[in-house]
Amino acid sequence: MKRKAFDRRRFLLGGLGLGGALALGGCGRLASSRTGQTALQAGDDATKFVQRLLLTPQTLAHEFPASAISASFYANGSTDPDDDAYKALAANGFADYRLKIGGLVATPFEISLDQLRALPARTQITRHDCVEGWSAIGQWTGVPLRALLERAGLKPQARYVVCRCFDTMDSDDPDSAPPHYYESIDLVDAYHPQTLLAYAMNGAPLGVPHGAPLRLRVERQLGYKMAKYLKAIEVVDSFANIDGGKGGYWEDNGYDWYAGI
Amino acid sequence: MRDAALSRTRVVFRHPLTIRVAHWINVVAMTVLLLSGLQIFNAHPELDLGSTSSFGAHPILAIGATGDPRDRGYVQAFGRRLYTTGVLGLSRVDGQPTERAFPAWITLPAEQDLATGRRWHFLFAWIFVANGLVYLAIGLLSGRLRRRLIPTGAELRGIGVSLREHLTLRFPKGEEATRYNVIQKLAYLIVVLALLPLQILAGLAMSPGFDAVAPWLPEAFGGRQSARSVHFVIAMLLVLFVFVHLAMVLLTGPINQMRGMITGWFAIRTQKEA
Repeated sequence: MKRKAFDRRRFLLGGLGLGGALALGGCGRLASSRTGQTALQAGDDATKFVQRLLLTPQTLAHEFPASAISASFYANGSTDPDDDAYKALAANGFADYRLKIGGLVATPFEISLDQLRALPARTQITRHDCVEGWSAIGQWTGVPLRALLERAGLKPQARYVVCRCFDTMDSDDPDSAPPHYYESIDLVDAYHPQTLLAYAMNGAPLGVPHGAPLRLRVERQLGYKMAKYLKAIEVVDSFANIDGGKGGYWEDNGYDWYAGI
Repeated sequence: MRDAALSRTRVVFRHPLTIRVAHWINVVAMTVLLLSGLQIFNAHPELDLGSTSSFGAHPILAIGATGDPRDRGYVQAFGRRLYTTGVLGLSRVDGQPTERAFPAWITLPAEQDLATGRRWHFLFAWIFVANGLVYLAIGLLSGRLRRRLIPTGAELRGIGVSLREHLTLRFPKGEEATRYNVIQKLAYLIVVLALLPLQILAGLAMSPGFDAVAPWLPEAFGGRQSARSVHFVIAMLLVLFVFVHLAMVLLTGPINQMRGMITGWFAIRTQKEA
């Protein structure tokens, strides 16, 4: 009797161990299947739905006192774009830089850095949260994106604002040209008071490692949404036909489009 | 020792269906949360206190590799370094020694893939929270949580006896085995009402979106990086709890305990009536 119980116990524990190992091995395959992707996407959708219920369009990210600014602010991702047009602009101190605003707008236009600096600006000291897990606090000065969108005038079909960037990224396909970084936000975030096209950081012109001459700030989301080295702002009704179709370089590589968590 | 001839086995109903279902959903959810959490930790294998990261300057915990070429894995906590080559900091990936905090065999997915790790983590966080809310609602409404988990004054005074029982690995087998003892009650209460809610709050405190809704939340932990450290420490405490929990199951009759949590029926030994 005792012996039988022992065998049964071993069988049960062995079975549990084997089941666990199979389950873990299977998780990887499950995640890469279409059904697995849909199931995993459900978590992101639930997070976006609930956060959008809790956040009003005016809810501000916490702003810190000047004493909280990080002594050193890590520069992640591209830190010196390898792009001829960008290098030429940088060599001249971005004097010839023009940000293009176009897409589904009534009046597309281009604007220089001096013209941007002459517009009403907002300065905010916020915490930058990287998807990797680290944080740093910096002071950002720039023009609210809303002001530029209002000047251009959105067409009724407009749903997303796409940032086109100078920097190129790695590609899975060695035969195709490396993709340019891009990002997209919806109009809720595009019209948020803290959403800036920032040209200054900690009181000095934005440095090249941090996205000179202009980067996006979307303070209620993670760092990868805040595109650096802005080349153009494009208003669209869908990002399905842009690059990988997921709304951003990192999104095309598996990261969530909504980066509020 | 009780004389075997004088005792007999009686089967009692111990765990209702709702509790059993919640328990096994929780097993799956907490396993996925732990393994995907270690994957997420690997993307920035350092813990700091405060709002911002120190990037190696003064982390309270760091897991990494050192040497030229990097061939020694280490864990550094509060300035003290322990070499852990092969497991933590440096382990084999496809046969190649690779710098990574937690090894491939304990992360989900196995390969370094933060994006997929996050998706697993957040999906099962929702499942874990929904399951936990149902468990708490049933426990509170039925009065079961109070009856089964809140220790009485007499039980609290008898904690010394219970402690001695645990340390000498002598556990009740009769009618007493159907009720949780005082140490069990306190352990479950601390996990259910303190560690798990705190774990959810520390997780939410890392969300830039949720922090805009509740700026006081990261501050309550001492800043976002402190919240991240708390989240990691609680995860390790939960792992410790699970190890002790499993050890107790093994020591008190694993077949009977498993049957109790699967079918609800649990065998106890009673004195033979004369």
